[in-house]
Amino acid sequence: MISIDNVTVGYGTAGFITAVDQVSLTIGDNEIIGIAGESGSGKSTLMRAVYGDFSTGLGIKSGTIKGRFTDAATGQVIEKPSSQFRDLWWDQISYIPQGSMSVLNPLMKIEQQVIDGLPKRERGGGRKALRQRIATFLAGFGLEENVLDAYPHQLSGGMRQRVLVAIAAFVNPRLILADEPTTALDVVVQKKILLMMVEIQRRLQNTLVLVSHDLGVHYQITDRLVIMYKGRIVEAGRTADIFANPQHDYTRNLIASLPRLHGKRAVDRVGAGA
Amino acid sequence: MSDAPILEVRNVSRSYRKGGFFSGTFFKAVDDVSFVLPAKPQVFSIVGESGSGKTTLARMVLRLVEPSAGDIRLMGRPLTGKEGRIDNLEFRRLVQPIFQNPFEAFSAYLPIEDYLRRTALNLKVAKSVEEADRLADRALRSVNLSLERIRGKYIRQFSGGELQRISVARALIPQPKLIVADEPVSMVDASLRMSIVNLFRTIVEEQGVSFIYITHDLSTAYYLSDQVAIMNRGRVVESGVPTDILDHPSEAYTRELMAAIPTVGERWSELDAIDRAYPSQSSRQKTGSIQPPANA
Repeated sequence: MISIDNVTVGYGTAGFITAVDQVSLTIGDNEIIGIAGESGSGKSTLMRAVYGDFSTGLGIKSGTIKGRFTDAATGQVIEKPSSQFRDLWWDQISYIPQGSMSVLNPLMKIEQQVIDGLPKRERGGGRKALRQRIATFLAGFGLEENVLDAYPHQLSGGMRQRVLVAIAAFVNPRLILADEPTTALDVVVQKKILLMMVEIQRRLQNTLVLVSHDLGVHYQITDRLVIMYKGRIVEAGRTADIFANPQHDYTRNLIASLPRLHGKRAVDRVGAGA
Repeated sequence: MSDAPILEVRNVSRSYRKGGFFSGTFFKAVDDVSFVLPAKPQVFSIVGESGSGKTTLARMVLRLVEPSAGDIRLMGRPLTGKEGRIDNLEFRRLVQPIFQNPFEAFSAYLPIEDYLRRTALNLKVAKSVEEADRLADRALRSVNLSLERIRGKYIRQFSGGELQRISVARALIPQPKLIVADEPVSMVDASLRMSIVNLFRTIVEEQGVSFIYITHDLSTAYYLSDQVAIMNRGRVVESGVPTDILDHPSEAYTRELMAAIPTVGERWSELDAIDRAYPSQSSRQKTGSIQPPANA
């Protein structure tokens, strides 16, 4: 369980620009939690604060985030200074950043990129056996073994995205953070990848945090939903409850503005006589 | 004004060579596609996945790509071939594009008003800077902006939604007959998406401009368009009035596209199968809790 307690997060580039303002949130074990909101609402920043990468000018001004990491042997929560997070990334937490179709190293074959991210405990058993394990794992994502020998540009956007989801899940993390993982993809591929992510979460019984501005995606796969607006959480609760009974005006507008199949059309709005 | 259709696309194909020059084979990105946009201004949507050929088709209508076969006519006059083809300047006044990423469509090193002014001057719809500014301001006002509001600003000072509205305004400067919009809202926030889509509809009705709307999103196509064509592997598999097609899809592919949309209200049936596979999970236990927002 990760407790975010009254955190204010921002960027110290030109003065301190606040992106997340006094947010409190508990991320439970074994759930899919969605964060929705428009660009600039602070959803990605909150995610990066949970991940704990402060190398890019990101800083926590006040408040605490606790419970990210546990001791592998005892299961007890351990707190560490952020400078020591590096060993625990891609071990206990994996992070699929926004625009992740372009985060793979263009000069490295996929196999090496998967292996590079692995924690020590996953590396044993020799290169050949490891390759075999990775290939078997990728097969579960509909990716053939020859993908391992490809460079990123030889794969389609959907395949690259599946590779990233696979890397994120392979280390069996407690927490997967996914920032707009399907936004650039078309709906058929998006659906495949989202179903895969749900299946992984149910199987590993870990936590998936999904950032998306598409409320339809949240409706389909998240258990709980957080709506952010201008750096704050304006509404949070069980996804089904929020859709059934949105409390905040902003949420109501978001839901009302969703285009629907078989619904009202713009042609009807303007009228045939116009 | 003539009653000739705005656009006629007849048996158009486009092939690309795949592989080496001698050993390569041809790949048909667009395969024998025909459709007509009648004289009455309207929105014609082309819906398909990545690789369905919808962008290649759009680029042929924009004359950025020459068809390998077939023939495209704009208001009865040929766009392709060598005989009697509309000259470039006139073509660009009649047909204007809107692209997916407005941050890539404008120069980052030019104030946006300069860019709009140059558009008017280059297209020779304005003879002086004053006239160009007047045209730019009129176009901006039809997207609920004004020259005053954008004066002196560069692209990075706008949000994606605002900048996309400016690129709609840019396209409106020569008062075109047809706008080809390739995924114009897929980079825009969901909450702003509908305002841009509604803007298209208003432009159709008030300014008499036709739109070709290229998208992978069936739901906005359904909402916006008078006619829709579904493309798969280079071919139009189904076309007609959106209500007819989506209420009675005759093609399996159309049904697959519809089923993949994350609709609010209809849960994907595949999720039930996952729940059955992990029964201990299907109760969807909720261990976390969320505090009400501070200072709400």
